[in-house]
Amino acid sequence: MTIPFAFDIGTAMLLIAVGGWMMVAQGTMVAVIIFVVYGLLMAIAWVRLSAVDVALTEAAIGSGITGMLLLSAAARLRQTEVTSTLPSFPIRLLSGVLCAAITSGLAVVVLLPADVAPTLAPMAMANLPETGLGNPVAGVLFAFRALDTLLEKVVLLLALLGVWSLAPDRLWGGVPALDSYAPPNDILVFFAQVLPPFGIVFAIYMTWTGASNPGGAFQGGTVLAVMWLLVMMAGVVRAPPISCLRLRWLLVAGPVLFLMVGLAGFALAAGFLAYPAGYAKPLIVVVEIGLALSIGATLGLLAAGPPERNHQP
Amino acid sequence: MSTTITTTASGYLLVLAIMWPVAGIMLSFVTSGRGVERLACVVLPVGFGIAVAVLIAVAQGGQSQIYVVGDWAPPLGIALRADGISAAMMLTTAIVMCATGLFAQGEFSQPSDLPEARSPVVFWVLLFAIWSGLNALVLGSDLFNLYVALELLTFAAVPLVCLKGQKETIEAALRYMLFALIGSVLYLLGAAMIYGAYGTLDIGLLSERVRPDPATLIAASLMTVGLLAKTALFPLHLWLPPAHAGAPAPGSALLSALVVKGSFFLIVRIWFDAMPGLLSFAAAQLLAALGAAAILVGGALALRQKRLKLLIAYSTIAQIGYLFFIFPLAAGLTAGIAWSGIAWTGGWLQLFSHALSKAAMFMAAGLIAEALGHDRIAELGGIGRRLPITMLAFGLSGLSLVGVPPSGGFVAKSLLLMATVMEGQWWWATVIIVGGLLAGGYIFMVLGRLLGSSATPLASLAPVSMRRELAALSLAICAVLLGFLPLRSSDFLQIGR
Repeated sequence: MTIPFAFDIGTAMLLIAVGGWMMVAQGTMVAVIIFVVYGLLMAIAWVRLSAVDVALTEAAIGSGITGMLLLSAAARLRQTEVTSTLPSFPIRLLSGVLCAAITSGLAVVVLLPADVAPTLAPMAMANLPETGLGNPVAGVLFAFRALDTLLEKVVLLLALLGVWSLAPDRLWGGVPALDSYAPPNDILVFFAQVLPPFGIVFAIYMTWTGASNPGGAFQGGTVLAVMWLLVMMAGVVRAPPISCLRLRWLLVAGPVLFLMVGLAGFALAAGFLAYPAGYAKPLIVVVEIGLALSIGATLGLLAAGPPERNHQP
Repeated sequence: MSTTITTTASGYLLVLAIMWPVAGIMLSFVTSGRGVERLACVVLPVGFGIAVAVLIAVAQGGQSQIYVVGDWAPPLGIALRADGISAAMMLTTAIVMCATGLFAQGEFSQPSDLPEARSPVVFWVLLFAIWSGLNALVLGSDLFNLYVALELLTFAAVPLVCLKGQKETIEAALRYMLFALIGSVLYLLGAAMIYGAYGTLDIGLLSERVRPDPATLIAASLMTVGLLAKTALFPLHLWLPPAHAGAPAPGSALLSALVVKGSFFLIVRIWFDAMPGLLSFAAAQLLAALGAAAILVGGALALRQKRLKLLIAYSTIAQIGYLFFIFPLAAGLTAGIAWSGIAWTGGWLQLFSHALSKAAMFMAAGLIAEALGHDRIAELGGIGRRLPITMLAFGLSGLSLVGVPPSGGFVAKSLLLMATVMEGQWWWATVIIVGGLLAGGYIFMVLGRLLGSSATPLASLAPVSMRRELAALSLAICAVLLGFLPLRSSDFLQIGR
């Protein structure tokens, strides 16, 4: 038994154990914290599977931003938690049976085919030079399947609008409150003053390097979002009112840029979302920078929640 | 291997159909105040024009219109494809969208001198998003691209449910979201399994490679169950009545007329286009049996409702049931069996006529509730005489739902009935007939009240705008006119297959 093999077995066992722990944990807050741990372990597993881009996304989105959202939800639900009861036994049994059925179905599908699963990876690698990119994941996201990426950004905007729409009418255009996370304290303020410069440099690097190495707009944007949330929570920077026009422009800048580059393809290249020969990589990098800013703003505001205070200029 | 997929002459229209409303969404974020409503005055008619142009292009070419996005042909890239059913679906969507837009102008208007208000901005953005999502859904030919379209549709539909912001509507929206997200996850799981097994997500390429092995069937079943939850087919319908009844009237119209049809469309795509011939006789019978149960349970529950909007929502559950007869009755479509073509036409006509009449009916119910201040069926007495246009819209759309001639609903149900007889599956015929009786029961129960003696004095009625009444009426008339389409034109629905 080699050391990497033992490591993989250990990671897999740990994942199952942490997953089980999450199920039986008492209290939502504890379960959420275990969920964050689970996400980080999952990221390690993805690295071991040589899917570094997936690992970065898992750590940033799956564990990071999702963890923050869940923590905020758990904090908001704390008052009601004492009174709420477990679902009835038949419902718990039914959901257990359904989960087991899906898991065993998956197991059958994964274990059944003896031959190697067909894949488009060689074709994606073969066509990558035409885009000038070095990272095949970026090639898939911004060239081969750019339409999916563009539409996903619209979904993200809609998710934010959905969160905002939960605000009462009189608070529309107001300011999100971040009190549900933690009251500002000295430690938070210290980190909010020290971390952001490093975070922003890291986000820029992630976005920039995404064209050639693992990384990209989504991971870079997530780091930006977390830095922004940190300074807002610490009270170093005030949360903006959602009616602020500059903020609105920031939210749509990336998707608008992407759409315009896509439409320009009708006139300048082989069609919608095609890039002129030789200009693919620079255009994609520009689009990624715009998207990183918009994704950062959108994710930050998603975690900040609906407006809860009127804006006092 | 087939030849490479290439873009057709009018293919660019397919990109515009998806991206035009998307541009509307983005601009809405940065035009505050009355701008969004003015934007809608541009987005809606142009979007309608695009849908008509696609329909003409498909009809004239007699074949599917295709656009290869980014010039990367499948399997590596994504293609958009408009066949007969997508073009017809796009036109239905465009008609309902424009009528809803006309109806909502006024209800969702910004006061000119006040700061931006919540519900108008949210409503118009969601309307654009539903349009874009539906167009992407009927034009997509790649299982993952279709997942993104589904997400677009879901994230637009859920906030629409709780636009009023009351506690009950937020609860309904949350329940809807749970069902819809579980549906999304199951669909995505199935799509991932398909990619693992065949190395492609393109529907055209899949149809050439697909084998009836357990992995494929498990994947397809997972996707179907997920989509059934979004379509609200019995027994996964529990979320629908509070969600569709709780939304504001134009929102209910969009949700009931269009959104639930999007996921149904995708089920048809999977079983008729991606995996033709893989749906076993037993599985097709099971889908139709669930449809039959939906017709009977939905109809029976509609009869027992005390509120008009809830009654209409239960009627949607029943009317969705009819759509699933397409699976056993049109199974021989690829083999060219004549009555399969009849069932195919009947199923799609049911979808289009229900979309038009249900949108009209929800709008009429909204106007009635606005005038009276409530929608309790027992106290509707005589309102029909005060709002004759609304009354007419409700009546005409009701006739189409019941299947009374002349109407789109009549032609649809009689074609389905004919197909059951020719196919020798008489058991579905009895359900269609009983379902018609139930629909007749709940529609005439309401009509009787509307025409009955007046209980409320005229003065206590809130004024209702004539323009909004006419928007509802025009949709109801469209539903009736669908019954006059020459049956020859049903060949259109088979273009591209």
